[in-house]
Amino acid sequence: MGIGLTHYLIISILLFALGVFGIATRKNAILVLMGLELILNSANINFIAFARFGGMNIEGHVAVIFVIILAAAEVAVALAIILNIYQNFRHVDVDEINQLKD
Amino acid sequence: MTKETILLLSTVILLLPLLGFTIIIFNQKRLGKAAGYLGSAVLGIDLILSIIVAFSKLVTFAGEGMIQTKFDWINLGTKTISIGIGVDNLTAVMLIVVTLISFLVHLFSMEYMAEDKRFPRFYAYLGIFTFSMLGIVIANNFLNMYIFWELVGLSSYLLIGFWYEKDSAANASKKAFITNRIGDLGFFAGIMIVFFTYGSFMFDDVFAGVASGLLPFDSGTMLTAAGILLFCGAIGKSAQFPLHVWLPDAMEGPTPVSALIHAATMVAAGVYLTCRIFPMLTADALIFVAYIGAITAFMAATIAITQNDFKKVLAYSTVSQLGYMIMAIGVGAYTNGFFHLVTHAWFKACLFLGSGSVIHAMHHAAHHFHDHHTDPQDIRNMGGLRKTMPLTYITFLFVTIAISGVPFTSGFLSKDGILAGTLAFGSLSGHWLIPIAGFGAAGMTAFYMFRLLIESFHGKAKTNIASHTHENNKLITGPLVLLSVLTIWVFYSFNPIDATSGWFQKSIKTPATSVPAALQFDFLMPLNAEGHNAAAHTEVATHNATNSHTELAKHEAAANTHGAEAKSAHGSHALNKFEEEMHHMHYPAMIASLLIAGLGILLSFCFYQFKVFSPDNMANMIKPFYKISLNKWYFDEIYDKTVIGLTLGFAKLLSWFDGAVIDGIVNGVATVFRGIGWFVGKFDNIVIDGFVNLTAQTTGFFGAAFRKVQTGRIQAYLIFTIVGLMILFYFLV
Amino acid sequence: MFNIFGIGPLTLITFLPLIGLLIILAIPAGKDEKARELSTNLYRWLTVGFTFLQLVIAIVIYMNFNNALPGINDANTMQFVEKTPWIQLHGLPIFGDLKIDYYVGIDGISAPMILLTAIVCFVATFASWSIKKAVKGFFMMYLLLDIGMMGVFISLDFFLFYVFWELMLLPMYFLIGIWGGPRKEYAAIKFFIYTLFGSVFMLLVMIGLWFTSGTFNLLDLANPANIRPDQIFSGFGTTWRLWAFVGLFVGFAIKVPTVPFHTWLPDAHVEAPTPISVILAGVLLKMGTYGMLRIAWPIFPEAVKYFQEWIALIGMVSIVYGALCALGQHKVGKRDLKKLIAYSSVSHMGYVMLGIASMTSAGVTGAIFQMFNHGTITAMLFMIVGVIYDRAHTRSMDDFGGLANKMPVYTGMMAISFFAAIGLPGMSGFVSEALVFLGAFATYPLYTVISGLGIVLGAAYMLWALQRVFFGKLPEKWSGPWDPSGKLYKHDDINGIELTALIPLAVVVIFLGIFPTYITNMMTESVNQLIHFVTVNGQFTGL
Repeated sequence: MGIGLTHYLIISILLFALGVFGIATRKNAILVLMGLELILNSANINFIAFARFGGMNIEGHVAVIFVIILAAAEVAVALAIILNIYQNFRHVDVDEINQLKD
Repeated sequence: MTKETILLLSTVILLLPLLGFTIIIFNQKRLGKAAGYLGSAVLGIDLILSIIVAFSKLVTFAGEGMIQTKFDWINLGTKTISIGIGVDNLTAVMLIVVTLISFLVHLFSMEYMAEDKRFPRFYAYLGIFTFSMLGIVIANNFLNMYIFWELVGLSSYLLIGFWYEKDSAANASKKAFITNRIGDLGFFAGIMIVFFTYGSFMFDDVFAGVASGLLPFDSGTMLTAAGILLFCGAIGKSAQFPLHVWLPDAMEGPTPVSALIHAATMVAAGVYLTCRIFPMLTADALIFVAYIGAITAFMAATIAITQNDFKKVLAYSTVSQLGYMIMAIGVGAYTNGFFHLVTHAWFKACLFLGSGSVIHAMHHAAHHFHDHHTDPQDIRNMGGLRKTMPLTYITFLFVTIAISGVPFTSGFLSKDGILAGTLAFGSLSGHWLIPIAGFGAAGMTAFYMFRLLIESFHGKAKTNIASHTHENNKLITGPLVLLSVLTIWVFYSFNPIDATSGWFQKSIKTPATSVPAALQFDFLMPLNAEGHNAAAHTEVATHNATNSHTELAKHEAAANTHGAEAKSAHGSHALNKFEEEMHHMHYPAMIASLLIAGLGILLSFCFYQFKVFSPDNMANMIKPFYKISLNKWYFDEIYDKTVIGLTLGFAKLLSWFDGAVIDGIVNGVATVFRGIGWFVGKFDNIVIDGFVNLTAQTTGFFGAAFRKVQTGRIQAYLIFTIVGLMILFYFLV
Repeated sequence: MFNIFGIGPLTLITFLPLIGLLIILAIPAGKDEKARELSTNLYRWLTVGFTFLQLVIAIVIYMNFNNALPGINDANTMQFVEKTPWIQLHGLPIFGDLKIDYYVGIDGISAPMILLTAIVCFVATFASWSIKKAVKGFFMMYLLLDIGMMGVFISLDFFLFYVFWELMLLPMYFLIGIWGGPRKEYAAIKFFIYTLFGSVFMLLVMIGLWFTSGTFNLLDLANPANIRPDQIFSGFGTTWRLWAFVGLFVGFAIKVPTVPFHTWLPDAHVEAPTPISVILAGVLLKMGTYGMLRIAWPIFPEAVKYFQEWIALIGMVSIVYGALCALGQHKVGKRDLKKLIAYSSVSHMGYVMLGIASMTSAGVTGAIFQMFNHGTITAMLFMIVGVIYDRAHTRSMDDFGGLANKMPVYTGMMAISFFAAIGLPGMSGFVSEALVFLGAFATYPLYTVISGLGIVLGAAYMLWALQRVFFGKLPEKWSGPWDPSGKLYKHDDINGIELTALIPLAVVVIFLGIFPTYITNMMTESVNQLIHFVTVNGQFTGL
């Protein structure tokens, strides 16, 4: 049995689960951001897999490239926010940054 | 002079003093002493005009009735209220009386009030008084009369209370006004009856209405009541019993005011009113009037005997003399009553001005000695003024003789006529008490007037002050001389013992009564018109078949026949039986009055000049009487306890009632509703609101519980989302 | 008929103060001392200006008023009429089609009241100079009150009348409750609730009349032809109608006030600031008797006949009772001058009651004239008390004495107003009282004669007060100047502003005392029409 769609999807699920786990459990904003990246990448894998096996063809590739670009932009913005948070709070612990609450 | 000119001039006479008042009251500071000259000048012009008017009325239009005019004042659509002015012989004489005395008082006050700080205001008040008084005099209707009646009340109030810093003066002015108001209430009630019945205020209309047999409420008693109510005005203004109490107190005002208002003019207005309403007074009303007059004349004379205040003696003398006049009108001696008004005006004004002269001199002397304790008005502090003030003494002596009723004076003429009238009335109606009171008062008048004269002017000075008095200047003595000259008989009649032939009595004729014969004394009904009379009589007699006067009516039938004989015997000399009887009584009355006046004067000299008897011993002998007289029959005390006390007590009670009961009910209702409100509030708070709160609390409890979930941590939400998704997947897939 | 931009003179005179109110609203009170002073003066003079304009319009109305037109129940002879549909609702449950008009107009009964309101409102502004607290609010309320009062007198629609009637309550409540004396809350609440209590009856009767005649138009309501069968107030002389009359009467009698509904008056007067006392006595009290003549009398003529004697009795009791209370007041507690005058108002309004109960032309003319005169005279009295209160901060008569020498001009004004109140001839009060007496005597001689006691008692309490305050000796504590700093009062006597308020009234009082026809002629036709109408319609039943 060759490597098929299922395998890619399993990898993708694992990667997604790791990402969600990272977002949910880490307190450090950088690590949360990294979890987010994992989720995005799991989505990318799905797109590639469906492009190869599911008949999405070129659209899947295009979507992946979009995602990568978005991710890059997102990281840039997110890191800038985190840097600002750090400057204000001297830490990047997401649990402590709750001033918008109440 | 035409009638229009007379009316025009009368209007000018009326308005001039008002003009003077207006100018002075608004320019008090600017005018200063000039106010006196202005006021006097105005009155001088007024006096000249009055003489012109009176002369032309009494000479040119002597036979005419009232020259009058009227105009609409208020038009009510259904009724018209008219006012107007009129001049008849009565008015003509009164015009001179008022303006002359007012003029003399104006002159007198220039000296007497010279040092007063409110000098201009005094003249302003004199002006408004003269205006009001003239208004009464030239009124030709009840409404005008009432209007000016009240206005003289106001001026009297202002002038009595002129020195308002003194509580006694302020009290006296208030007392005068309120007492007069009580009389005026009756007066106004009478006016209401008149207007309601006859639909007009005009004297002419009303008398014509009465003569036509129209009676208020169709009852003769109500006509009597109307007459008596109208007369109530006179009781108040002319200080008749029982409302006489204000006049002696009114002496708190400046003495010229007492002379003008409370001796000569305003108080005479009541007599004037009684003259005016004479034609509509029924027999019963006339008896009432006569008795009120007699009681007043007698009572006031008894009081005057024991008073020690110079002005109080004169005040009670005034009350007594006013009673005389009223009594005269009541008995039907209309002409003599009014005659006495005029003669009394001169000599009483002179007496008061004389007292002013004395008080002024005493005051100055006291001032000289820096003595502020000696009462300058008390005759016990005087004596011997004859030497220091000769002119005042002579004039005072003159008028004292006149008021005592000694022949060759005006007082004799008028008083004699009145006494003859009372005697005639007594013999015709059987009311003998009236002549008795009249003669008694005449004797007492002679006694107390000479007592006053002797005590103050004769003998030796009783105080240092009295011996240092000086005669006053011409402004004061001039009016005294003029007024005392006017007490000589020749001004009224050339015959010194009978005034009926004089111009005065010829001008002022007793008006024919308009009262239906059944309600009037038979002897007052005109004799020269029996035919008319009899017709009127039958008409009214059938109209009032049940009237209590049937008895009188019976008399009248007899009287008519008798009257016819009388007429044939005397020609047209006597107008009615009363005049005839009065004529008969002339000499008896004269002799009796001479005797009694002589006795009074003699006694007075015995007591006070020659000290044959001691007045103190006499007083001790009849102590109760002396006390009653000295304390003015305790009228003030009785009124204080009864009328005033009860009114004030009732007012206090009502005031309490108002606050405690009526307002208490209002507040009680409020309290009850507040109580209900409190209860409902509690119920609302505990039960209804409790339920609402329970709901809210339940909701709140759940809210609080669920609130815990809302941590605000995005990671937690993510976990919830994922768990939720997984559950969803589990169920859906 | 003259209109300005299509607005009639009555609307103009009524709503003119609204413009003033809005302008005052727009002017800020200012933060610092100087700005506050400026704005205070602005408010005052604006109010003076607007009330003066109102007075000018009132005089123009007076000049153009046609005395020959009776009005009363005749819509064609009502003058300065404006009629516009106002509230129109169709198909309401129970009520059906509700139609309320903005219907205004005047006749001989209301025209003198318009003039009176304009005069009193104008002069009372000068008495407002002493108001120092929250001036802006005061003058706004003052103008609102003005609108309400004018509105009551011009309304010919019952609903509109009721609206204005209630509108006037609100500012009055605040004016007493905020700017009043020590017991102001009590007095304000008492006034408000008492009047409201009366209004409830009025409202009920109004609704009942709607069902009966299907209109709020007062002229139509008065027309017996409009009464539908089988309604609550149908027929004549039914128990319901008599009760309705009693209800209306009580509502109005509270406002007059007559004994026994009068106790709010002394409290309200004592606590109210001077200008409000002036308006209260000068205008508000007249609304009660005006309402009776305008509404109760024409709509329930047979009930008037039925209760006539009782109304006369109430009038008589009010006269004597009020006078006695004024007299008796001087020994109970503090002898307050304002209270004395308040009770004198009860007494004087009793004359009005007696007059309108008499149903004679002299009586009713006298009554309306008395309403006018009492307005001007009592306004003077209250202003005079205000003058002395502003200086001495007490109204207790026991604290005074001998002021005549300290304040001669003031004493002169006081004497004029007191004697006017006593009913001295030559002043307007005499004419109206005399007319009332002459008219009432024809109907109720006994009551009238007893009422005459009021004249004597009136003289007693007024002269007593005059003597207490002005005669005798000046107490030690007032021997100095009123205001040692000389800032408020330059000299001891009455000042220019106060005289400005008093002199016009004194002139009116004396002028009308001599020439009463300038007012009485306005109402002759209307009064006779009213009497005719009530007498004729009152005959309908065999009561």
